Amino acid sequence: MTHTALLIAVMSAATILLRFLPFLIFNHNDHVPSYILFLGRVLPSAIIGMLVVYCLKDTVILQPPYGIPELIGLISVAGLQNWKRNPLISILCGTLIYMFVTQMM
Amino acid sequence: MNKTEPAVNQVKKAFVTSIPVMAGYIVLGIGFGILLREAGYGALWAFAMSLFIYAGSLQYVGVSLISSSASLLTALITSIMVNARHLFYSISMLAKYRDAGRYKPYMIFALTDETYSLLSTQKVPEGCDENFYRFMVSLFNHSYWIFGSVLGSLIGRSLPFSSEGIEFSMTALFAASFVEQWLSTKDHRSALCGLCSSLLCLLVFGPADFLIPSMILITLVLSFLHKGEVQP
Repeated sequence: MTHTALLIAVMSAATILLRFLPFLIFNHNDHVPSYILFLGRVLPSAIIGMLVVYCLKDTVILQPPYGIPELIGLISVAGLQNWKRNPLISILCGTLIYMFVTQMM
Repeated sequence: MNKTEPAVNQVKKAFVTSIPVMAGYIVLGIGFGILLREAGYGALWAFAMSLFIYAGSLQYVGVSLISSSASLLTALITSIMVNARHLFYSISMLAKYRDAGRYKPYMIFALTDETYSLLSTQKVPEGCDENFYRFMVSLFNHSYWIFGSVLGSLIGRSLPFSSEGIEFSMTALFAASFVEQWLSTKDHRSALCGLCSSLLCLLVFGPADFLIPSMILITLVLSFLHKGEVQP
């Protein structure tokens, strides 16, 4: 129990530190380097791409079900987002479709 | 100072902005609450983790850290690896949050993927104090996350349907964000760089170790693009 509480405290402190660090470093600088501003602009879309890969990293492609539920789920999310532009609908429907396919297979 | 509307109206506008995140966070939160409960930790633990950590993917990973009784050093390194992207969110919100005053500490603490995507892309509605409005959006999102995770912990197995596959909600969240930012921008180099670098690193380093090499490779490729850009 104590160890679990400590683990949570460490995860909390590390997350807080990461979120505050740029503000601590650049808060009193009037001039943020253009390189940092550039990174701030382009990194999020790259990192979101990485997170998609991260979520799918343990998908087994060479054995049944060959990653088919994941593929169907991803196509559903992408299609819905492209159509409705509403993340709420895409996430909910995509997850329900994935759950249905996984439980059927 | 522009004229601002009464606080109640501003809170309403912040609530409307936060609605798209509501269901996503409640679904993700329920998924997390169920996993944590199955690892042997109940609603109070779910509440504490969602209140103090408030980082979806780390909390999912945290369940396995807790159930395997990992060392504090492992927890520290894992937290930094999984959440390193938050450095980048903060970097791109430096200017927007600069003069947020007393709201600033909480807004920085609560800068999750979804809150970031709402506040970095959408304009502050007419008649709202931008800092109060951003603070309220952050607070609403945080409350959905806490509510969902406690709910998941409480209902757990008593769901009227099988929850197998609910973990896909996290994948769906990021996939939807990826598609949305793809549709709303013209320059796809950064998005492609993120996707290709991480796929390459996944193949080379394997699922357990590819996150750090991916971040390094992404930063290197983007830095190369920056050098190639004409500076104003």
